[in-house]
This record gives sequence, C-alpha cells and structure tokens, in this order.
Amino acid sequence: MALVLDNVSKVVDGRTHIHPTTLTLEKGTMNVLLGPTLAGKTSLMRLMAGLDKPATGRILWHGEDVTDRRVQDRNVAMVYQQFVNYPTLSVRENIASPLKVAGRPKGEIEEAVHKAAALMKLDGMLDRKPLELSGGQQQRCALARALVKDAGLVLLDEPLANLDYKLREELRAEIPRIFEESGAIFVYATTEPEEALLLGGSTATLWEGRVTQFGPTPEVYRRPADAVTARVFSDPPMNFLKIAKAGDRLLFGEGQSVPALGTLAGLRDGRYLAGFRPNHLELEPPHAGCLTFPAILSETEITGSETYVHIDHGGERWVGLVHGVRSLRHGSSMNVYVDPAHVYVFAEDGALAAPASYALAA
Amino acid sequence: MAQAALVQAQGATLARTKAAAGPRVKTSAVIMTLYLVFLLLPIYWLLNMSLKDNSEILSSFSLWPQDLTFDNYRTILTDASWYMGYVNSMIYVVLNTVISVSVALPAAYAFSRYRFLGDKHLFFWLLTNRMAPPAVFALPFFQLYSSVGLFDTHIAVALAHCLFNVPLAVWILEGFMRGVPKEIDETAYIDGYSFPRFFVRIFMPLIASGIGVAAFFCFMFSWVELLLSRTLTSVDAKPIAATMTRTVSASGLDWGVLAAAGILTIVPGALVIWFVRNYIAKGFALGRV
Repeated sequence: MALVLDNVSKVVDGRTHIHPTTLTLEKGTMNVLLGPTLAGKTSLMRLMAGLDKPATGRILWHGEDVTDRRVQDRNVAMVYQQFVNYPTLSVRENIASPLKVAGRPKGEIEEAVHKAAALMKLDGMLDRKPLELSGGQQQRCALARALVKDAGLVLLDEPLANLDYKLREELRAEIPRIFEESGAIFVYATTEPEEALLLGGSTATLWEGRVTQFGPTPEVYRRPADAVTARVFSDPPMNFLKIAKAGDRLLFGEGQSVPALGTLAGLRDGRYLAGFRPNHLELEPPHAGCLTFPAILSETEITGSETYVHIDHGGERWVGLVHGVRSLRHGSSMNVYVDPAHVYVFAEDGALAAPASYALAA
Repeated sequence: MAQAALVQAQGATLARTKAAAGPRVKTSAVIMTLYLVFLLLPIYWLLNMSLKDNSEILSSFSLWPQDLTFDNYRTILTDASWYMGYVNSMIYVVLNTVISVSVALPAAYAFSRYRFLGDKHLFFWLLTNRMAPPAVFALPFFQLYSSVGLFDTHIAVALAHCLFNVPLAVWILEGFMRGVPKEIDETAYIDGYSFPRFFVRIFMPLIASGIGVAAFFCFMFSWVELLLSRTLTSVDAKPIAATMTRTVSASGLDWGVLAAAGILTIVPGALVIWFVRNYIAKGFALGRV
C-alpha cells in the first residue's frame, strides 16, 4: 500500500526538470519535499498527481501501474501555493464540489462539508464567495476541499508560502493533526528547513531536479548524505571550508589542526570538505580546543533576538547565526570559533565522509 | 471653433475669479451638452420624421410633429413585407451569434491553454479574416450557396457572417480565458471533473462576461452587415436593411415609413447594449486589460 515512483523523469523542451527518480511513499506517512525554488518540487508533485506524464519510468499506486491513468481517476487531492478556488461558487459549493462530482448522496455531502469547514474554521462563511475572503481563509477553503475528498494521496505545494506569519504558524500546527486523522499519504513541498523539521515524517531533499536524500526528517538533518543535502537542509545554508587529513590529525589551514577522533579516525589521508551550520559559528570561544578562524565582517542582519553575521574567511563567505543583538563594525577583522564536534566532513565529491560527532550523540 | 472655446474658457475663468453669486455655467457641461446634441440630432430627426405623415415631412420645417401620427409604425407592424424583414434579420443574427460563440469557445480554449505547431500564426490569420472587405466574399458566397441550394435561406447568411464573427469571438474569448489561471482547470480535474463538465460548470461561468461581450459583438456586426445579407437573399430571408433600401427605389419615397423602420432597427441594438454596458469597456479591449 504505497505510492511508488519507479525511475521517473521529466523532460520539457529538451531540458531535464526531474532526473530519473525512485521514491517509495508508504501509506499513512507525512513526506516533505524540501528544496530551494526551481529544485523541482512542483514538477515532482505534478508527476505524482498525474497532471504531467513522466518522460520515463512508471508510477505505481498500491502496486498498480497508474502512469497512464487520468488525473480524474487517480484519487488525489492537491493544494497550490496560489489560493485556487472556484470563484463563481460559494465556499460551501467549493468544498462540496469533489463529492458532488463523485455523486455522493446529499446528506453525506452536507455532513462532510460541515466537518471540513469546522476543522478549517470556515463555519461562518460557507455562503460567501472565495474572493470575498481573506488570503488565509481562501487557502483554508482550498485545504478543506482537498481534505473532504478523502483522497489516498494529498499533495500540498507550499500551501503556506503566501500567508502571513501568524496564519502560517496556525495552519502549520493544524496540518499534522489533519494528517493524523486522514490516514492518507501526505506530500508537503516547502523551501524552509524549519518547516520540514516541524512537520516531521520523512524528508526528501531536492536539488536541481534530483532527490539527493530521502529518509526520516531528523535523520536527514543529522546525517545529510552529501554536501548538497546539507546545504539544502540548513537555513541559512551550511558553511564550507577545504581541509585535509594527515595521519591522525585534521588540518584546517593556517597551522590549525585537531585530532581526528571517533569516526574521523578511520578516514584515509587526503583532501576533504568541512561543513558546519550557521548556528554553530561562535563569536566567543565556548571552550578551549575550538577552531579559530580569522575573518572580516561584511554585513550583519539583526532580526531582534538574533543576529545574522556575514563574514569572509579567506575568500569563503560564511554566515553565522548568533544570539542577541550585536553591533559590529563592517569591515572589521575578528575571530570566529567553531567547535570541532559540530563539523561535518565530506569527501571532495561531496559525499558524507563523517557526520559531526554531536549529531551521532543526539 | 477654437476661438469660441477660448472665449468661453476665459469667461469661465473670469466668473471664477469674481466668485460672484448667481448661476455659473460650467464650461465642461456646455461642451458635453453640445456634443450630445450633435450626436443625437440625426436620431431625433429620424424619430421626428417617423411620427409625421409624408406631407408634413415634405411641406414644412418643424422641430416636432405638428400632427402626431403612429400610422407609419402601424404600416410596418401589420404589413408582412415589412415586419418579416425584422423576423428574418433576427433569425439569422441569433443563428449566427449562437454558431459563432459555440464554435469560438473551444477554439479560444485551445489557443489559451495549449501550445501547438503554428498556434501564433493561426491566431493571427484568424484576425486577418476581419481585414478583408465583405464585398470580396460576396461573389464566391453567392455562387457557392446558389449551387448547393442554400441561397435565400437564413442559415446561408448566418454562415456567411461567421467568416467575420468567429475570428472576432475567438479573439475576445481568448483574452478572457487567458485571465483564468490554469491551476483552476487542474484543480477541477483533480476534483474529478471531466473536461466537458468542468468547461460548462466551472469555466464558462468564470468567463461569462467574456461570452456576453463576444455574443454582443457578433450580434452587432451581423445586425448591421448589409452587403452579404442582401446578396445572399431575395424573398424568404430578406433582411430589414435590404427591405429599407429597396423600398427607396421601388415605391418612391415613403419618408415616414422608412423613418419608422429606421427607429425600429435601432431598438434591438440599443437593448443589447443596455444589457452588456458594464462589460463593454473590457470587451473593446478584447479582454486584454
């Protein structure tokens, strides 16, 4: 009982939008597609929905090949980033429309509409037209229509991206609850790593039309399979630095080295790529034995309780996320500190060589 | 003219600077009134004539009927050779409007939703059909319809007018359809709508104003077109415009009846305009606002 994408690819006008992809989404799971804009999240969803035909490969639904089946017969529901409703129908008719088309009895439709409307807090506005509602209400109407159908596959394509902060928080909390009740396969596309972590379930990270990793969300976060996945699953993106291993030590340039401990001990000598997340960059040494990097401050962004510090270290642009409001002078030289326990080590081709030791402990 | 306007404008400025009490004439209102009088004068004169008898029309100059009569209208509404002209016109105009819009709807949908080989050229070519004068097509249509036995039928005129009206309707409807996001189509398919059901239940109500505007333009062009409708008919499907112009040559000059016929010819157009007045501006922009 699952949705299986078997070697599915998508090519438009000679350009590959989705490279051959194999994914298995189990029944009753929440799956997050995480990737930046143009990574192929929507393309992949359209393939799952059956709105687009794959160039190669098959799509299996409960073991049955549905690649050539019409969208109408697929038993899917989808919510777009834009608020898509039928403008000429009332909210009630909008929510009822999938059931009406399916020819369900009137009483049943009425009941289902009221349940979905109550869940989405649309009770008082069933007789209004969608365009008379606020953006958040419009999107809740679209969500209600997707839910009422009781589809086996529910596709949510950045459903909260166009909403304001507070509404987003509210709906984001509701979606896992709705998902628990439905027992369907949920697929949720987002550009925000934070959203993926909040939703839990499994995450597939996408980069330039490729699924770089698919697994339980915390697992993907803690042990990214390669540098690209680590970059995608970090906001702001992960910072990178070229390093080398010689003997039992990791060389971080400028005469700095730390002992290669734990999983790092088994690495062969050679060049590597080190990566650490912005929140692990420190402006004061947290304890002795930290890596110290000289850097030049290029910019700070203060969000209120936190400060984004953009720095330049020997040509590499790094971003740090530090607590509190820091007033630092642009262009000034400074030292930044990184705990070696927070450093991921990737091979030169990007594959993960050793995860950060803190992630293993967690 | 320009001088007069200038003097008027100066007068208005003077009045303003004085800020005196008493009736102030707004320049813009005066100009607007003059313009409206200028526009409506021929129509008023037509109405005026239609309510007089021939002797009064020819003998004296009067701004309104001295001897009000409805005989002219009675003639038209009782004489079959007159009122059948209206009936014939209405039949082929409605036929044409229905055919044009129902053919243009799927065509416009295809142009707005799909890309296919030569779609842009085809779209432009459709428009060029409107650029040729109807006289060009009068001869081939006459010969073609005569040879297949369609001459002097309503459907013949309706089909001939499609040549101009289908491209126009496609052009208008495509503009309106392009304003509807494709996601609505897809959402409907996901919800389980079949294409015909989606098109009729969801899509057509969305572009209802576009359909109204397209129908209006088809109606108007077909209603005022004279050359093809006169060429393709003789007795059974003779349009009112032909009846009017032929009467001039046949039975001398029955001024009053002709004027009444003219008034009655304006009425349907005015009625249709009244119903679609709110959408007309968008329609003239062909939906591309």
